[in-house]
Amino acid sequence: MSMVIREVAPYGEEAVDMTIDDGRIARIDPAGSAPAGEREIDASGLIVLPGLVDLHTHLREPGREDAETIESGTAAAALGGFTAVHAMANTQPVADTAGVVEQVWRRGQEAGYCDVHPVGAVTVGLAGERLAELGAMADSAARVRVFSDDGICVSDAVLMRRALEYVKAFDGVIAQHAQEPRLTEGAQMNEGELSGVLGLRGWPPVAEEAIIARDVLLAEHVGSRVHICHLSTRGSVDIIRWAKQRGIDVTAEVTPHHLILTEELATTYDPRYKVNPPLRTADDVAAVREGLADGTIDIVATDHAPHAHEDKDCEWGAGAFGMLGLQTALSVVIETMVETGRLSWREVADRMSTAPAIIGRVESQGRPLEVGEPANLVLVDPRARWHVNADALASRSRNTPFEGREMSGRVVATFLRGRPTVLEGRLA
Amino acid sequence: MVPASARVLDAADIARSVSRLSHEILERSHGSRDLVLLGIQTRGVPLAHRIAGRMAEIESTTVPCGALDITMYRDDLRLRGARPLDVTELPEGGVDDRVVVLVDDVLYSGRTIRAALDAISDLGRPRAVQLAVLVDRGHRELPIRADYVGKNIPTSREQAVRVRLAEVDGIDEVVVEG
Amino acid sequence: MIRHLLSAGDLDRDEAIAILDTAGELARATGRSVKKLPTLRGRTVVNLFYEDSTRTRISFEAAAKRLSADVITFSAKGSSVSKGESLKDTALTLEAMGADAVVVRHSASGAAHRLAMSGWTDCVVVNAGDGTHEHPTQALLDAYTLRHHLSDGAGDLQGRRVVIVGDILHSRVARSNVLLLETLGAEVTVVGPPTLLPVGVEGWPCSVSYDLDNALTGADAVMMLRVQNERMNAAYFPSAREYSRRYGLDRHRAELLAPDGIVLHPGPMNRGMEITAEVADGPRSVVVEQVTNGVHVRMAVLYRLMGALPELESEAGS
Ligand SMILES: [Zn+2]
Repeated sequence: MSMVIREVAPYGEEAVDMTIDDGRIARIDPAGSAPAGEREIDASGLIVLPGLVDLHTHLREPGREDAETIESGTAAAALGGFTAVHAMANTQPVADTAGVVEQVWRRGQEAGYCDVHPVGAVTVGLAGERLAELGAMADSAARVRVFSDDGICVSDAVLMRRALEYVKAFDGVIAQHAQEPRLTEGAQMNEGELSGVLGLRGWPPVAEEAIIARDVLLAEHVGSRVHICHLSTRGSVDIIRWAKQRGIDVTAEVTPHHLILTEELATTYDPRYKVNPPLRTADDVAAVREGLADGTIDIVATDHAPHAHEDKDCEWGAGAFGMLGLQTALSVVIETMVETGRLSWREVADRMSTAPAIIGRVESQGRPLEVGEPANLVLVDPRARWHVNADALASRSRNTPFEGREMSGRVVATFLRGRPTVLEGRLA
Repeated sequence: MVPASARVLDAADIARSVSRLSHEILERSHGSRDLVLLGIQTRGVPLAHRIAGRMAEIESTTVPCGALDITMYRDDLRLRGARPLDVTELPEGGVDDRVVVLVDDVLYSGRTIRAALDAISDLGRPRAVQLAVLVDRGHRELPIRADYVGKNIPTSREQAVRVRLAEVDGIDEVVVEG
Repeated sequence: MIRHLLSAGDLDRDEAIAILDTAGELARATGRSVKKLPTLRGRTVVNLFYEDSTRTRISFEAAAKRLSADVITFSAKGSSVSKGESLKDTALTLEAMGADAVVVRHSASGAAHRLAMSGWTDCVVVNAGDGTHEHPTQALLDAYTLRHHLSDGAGDLQGRRVVIVGDILHSRVARSNVLLLETLGAEVTVVGPPTLLPVGVEGWPCSVSYDLDNALTGADAVMMLRVQNERMNAAYFPSAREYSRRYGLDRHRAELLAPDGIVLHPGPMNRGMEITAEVADGPRSVVVEQVTNGVHVRMAVLYRLMGALPELESEAGS
């Protein structure tokens, strides 16, 4: 069935008519000139970008289906404009075998709201002791390329070195959750004057930076590539910038919440604002925005981390780390990066679609908006404003840090290989 | 709206009332022996001292005089909230077996006096407790009456009676507002 | 007037002095052997102690009972209720029971704040110690004790020099005291090994020193904090002996204080570690008074908080 998206602006540039057929972009004509399709969508005023790709999502299935399922998580992803997500390995059981990753892959295909690419665990059971069967996961139907013990740092230097070396055989990448464990025992929030005043155990920036510094040097030494998850400090940005200048094959991500929120939210002692790595200072926020703008930070990744109500409706110390992110990510990037002039829409497409697809080696995603490419697309109304209502989000959990907040820009439609998953802002 | 206000007692009236109260107390008590005056904070305290002073002039004896703060004995914390506490000070010898005369500026609902009776019972066991007030404005809510009244001033509930004493307010007068 | 007492920082100078003055009058009442005041008759105070702290719990119980409140103590120690969920569930129970005030001690920093602000309950909340955050009534009783000795029991502590020594990093007593003493005009110096001073302590309203002798010289008071043995095992300092040599208070050091300088300790003391028995039981020590003052200060806090109203009606002429 052919579909014409009329008067849509690719990357926010000159409007065109985009015709989709057979899951691909069939033709691109000057606005108003495309022949009628079987279905027509009036997209005047809307921007089209390649469907977003998240390199860092927690879908919680299997194991914590009370907090999120592959179905609810991918629905949230589609509503947020994503056509592919990478599901982190810290499920129960851990995604550390070909069997588990294939199950996640299949469930993603069934749910159908977006592609689900499982991330494999680096070590068996995330225990940090023995390498998981990385090759078997790479060779499985899930074709795993990203490996991570996310939630836990691969802190053993020898184990990290071996992992970096081993994945070279199948062009894999280790996504490191950079957190020196001994420096962060019992840590509750960013370490600084505020943590001292609030009596909350500090999570010092050096605990992140020291691991990043070590790992870029390890990657250089063994000639592998390494990806840094959710970096959060100015020092981390500086180290990545230095490593890239040196020619090290490192990529890095920042989360939407680290682009916009600061540690002062901890003064509420409300665990909605408890996340790992913690919210940092305004200076760190400025640094990650700069880093994302100049390309030091390659991508935005949500670290979407659903948690059951009781794990957040409690005192700070007992609260779980993590925040919802899929349905608010693009709006945060628009507010912090586009409306401030730091990123063009073409660069947004790079940071949220093209670059993460390349890091994850997902060939059919993050493609340019050209004839013949797969029709993985998102239509965005850049001028729309909406208010976050946790109860209305598709996630099974409600732990958004943005409750009640006005957001910039709205996802109007999402297409996965030409099939609409979201239309008029609702699941199609 | 500025409430209409009328001065009902001036300094001379107050002095006369104090004098009369002093005489009446001494008469009824057959002299000053065993008497203890306890002023209820705030304005009952200077009144008690004035009465004691007048009695000294009449009988040339010293009647022990103390101060009673009843804040913690009030039953209206929920309605009126916490307030700063004042000093409670018993004269040497305490109140045991004495005739205690409570002194207050205005008698109204009677709740202050009820609280004062509770407070006294925590402080000792007087032989008798009596009540002297400068003004009785009526509208009792408890079965309490004064033994000695300086002046009865009929009021409505909407009105306010302001007693001002030189020791506290810099002027002696009683004013009815509203 | 404030609604809850969560942090010593909630108190401005006037409110702090009002509490200390009220405590002073209540102490005088107790001196007249009035054991019980009827003020809170018919109101319910719940002591919610998730952490074992016999002395603080007993002090709050005594305070509430002396004001004739009904007192319910919920002592839930150990790991069975360490899950956060139970704080909320307990709060809902309290609400159903009609509690008017809840005094909460919890191992999680911010627990009292959360209880007060989460909407789980409408009770007045008094923080009786939350994790490594604050312990405001301890600071009030310390201020009361300091005022009694250094300012004739009235007014503030303007210009008085107070030194707080020890594990500042983990001490809720230190945090609350620094805030309250600063509000009352005292000059506070915190002293400890750099490992036991929090990152960012330079931003606190106090001076910071690693040199105890220097800080003590001429000071009006010193407050010694308890040092937990597990800090040594976690390598905050090399040995108990080295700690007490550098940061312990012995007679020689106590003599560096001003002639009438006093020694405080929130208890329980490690005699021989942060303080020698000779000083702990010596003439400068006011440790026993601190305990007595604790009851009066907590009575004052309960009275003022439970009597706090949005607007006061005035009963004219009475
Ligand atoms: Zn992580």
